[in-house]
Amino acid sequence: MKTELVWLALLMGAVTYPWRAVPLLAPGMHRLPLRVQDYFRLVGPAVLATLAAVSVMVAIDAERNPSFHVGIEWLAVGACVVLVAARRGLLVGLVAAAAITTVVRAMSLG
Amino acid sequence: MRKDIPALTPPTGERGAATEAEAAASRRRLRLDGLGIIASTSGFGLVYGLAARAAGFSPLEASAMSVLVFAGAAQFAAVGYVLGGFSWLGVVLLTAFLNARHFLYGAALAPYLADRPRPVRALMAHVLTDEAFALSIAHFRRIGRSDPRGYWWAAIVTVFIPWNLATLVGVIVGGQIPDPSRYGLDVIFPAAMAGLAVGLITGRRELVAALVGAIVGVAVGLAWDPAAGIMAGGLLGPIAGLVTPTSGDVPRFTPNAGIGSVPDARPGVGDQA
Repeated sequence: MKTELVWLALLMGAVTYPWRAVPLLAPGMHRLPLRVQDYFRLVGPAVLATLAAVSVMVAIDAERNPSFHVGIEWLAVGACVVLVAARRGLLVGLVAAAAITTVVRAMSLG
Repeated sequence: MRKDIPALTPPTGERGAATEAEAAASRRRLRLDGLGIIASTSGFGLVYGLAARAAGFSPLEASAMSVLVFAGAAQFAAVGYVLGGFSWLGVVLLTAFLNARHFLYGAALAPYLADRPRPVRALMAHVLTDEAFALSIAHFRRIGRSDPRGYWWAAIVTVFIPWNLATLVGVIVGGQIPDPSRYGLDVIFPAAMAGLAVGLITGRRELVAALVGAIVGVAVGLAWDPAAGIMAGGLLGPIAGLVTPTSGDVPRFTPNAGIGSVPDARPGVGDQA
């Protein structure tokens, strides 16, 4: 069995791990100035909203060229947000999003 | 280590951490929320395995990526770049670029996990992904403290195991796998991120951080690269939130919100919008 790319995986893991580990292992990360603590508390909503928006609005081709995307995914994610905001639970929102997408794609409207 | 600055770790006392019963209830919600993520992770793990197989990866090589790198976007990019004959240096640099956002996740979780032994934190770091961060930060905020069991569930059961099993199935079984987008699985990731973001919005500052982050992320993503957009949105959104005027320091209580209504009593955080 071919194993050459295991070394590439090791290198990729080696450059990924510090991003994840440094803030968790660095001493004093939990004793930062209050302003910095407030900043990091806002990272959660900011980065999750960014991930969602970029995932549904920015499409990339094989050469990673970005383009603006409009599609049924907007409606699906919007429905999930509304359901979560209405306290129906994330799972209900996710099922609704997947169902909307599946039905619309099956009808070839998406 | 400075002693004059209070620790962010909010465990007991600072804002009324949840009881064990409330923590258990939050864990149940975490497991329920994680079901959709498991479906999404499994679907795209299969596609990754399939793509790796098509690019000539052996099952061992594909699995090594999923275990050692454990970052979907970087793995998909690597498959494409290996197929395209790019140099390893280019692939490694791209991986570092794509995964830089994990620094923000670690920084946001660090206050909650500071009381864990260093070797445990080192292990926690390896399994920190978008999904693990989203689920665990929402869980920690609900209960007002850290919960290692909740973190391991989010990171290992919800993401690591499904991703790695699906990778193996994809690379071994090959072309008999249906396209996950046929079943709407491709929208589960953005829907889950948006839904979990909604759960973290407890005041004006969080709302502004989320909206500005999303707008900046899309703009930079279109102008440059989606990975750069995610970093830019994650960095600039909180700054916009910080400069947003607050309407008072009264913590917000949401009726019928269960343990999700545990307020953050620190000034300027979680204030009523």
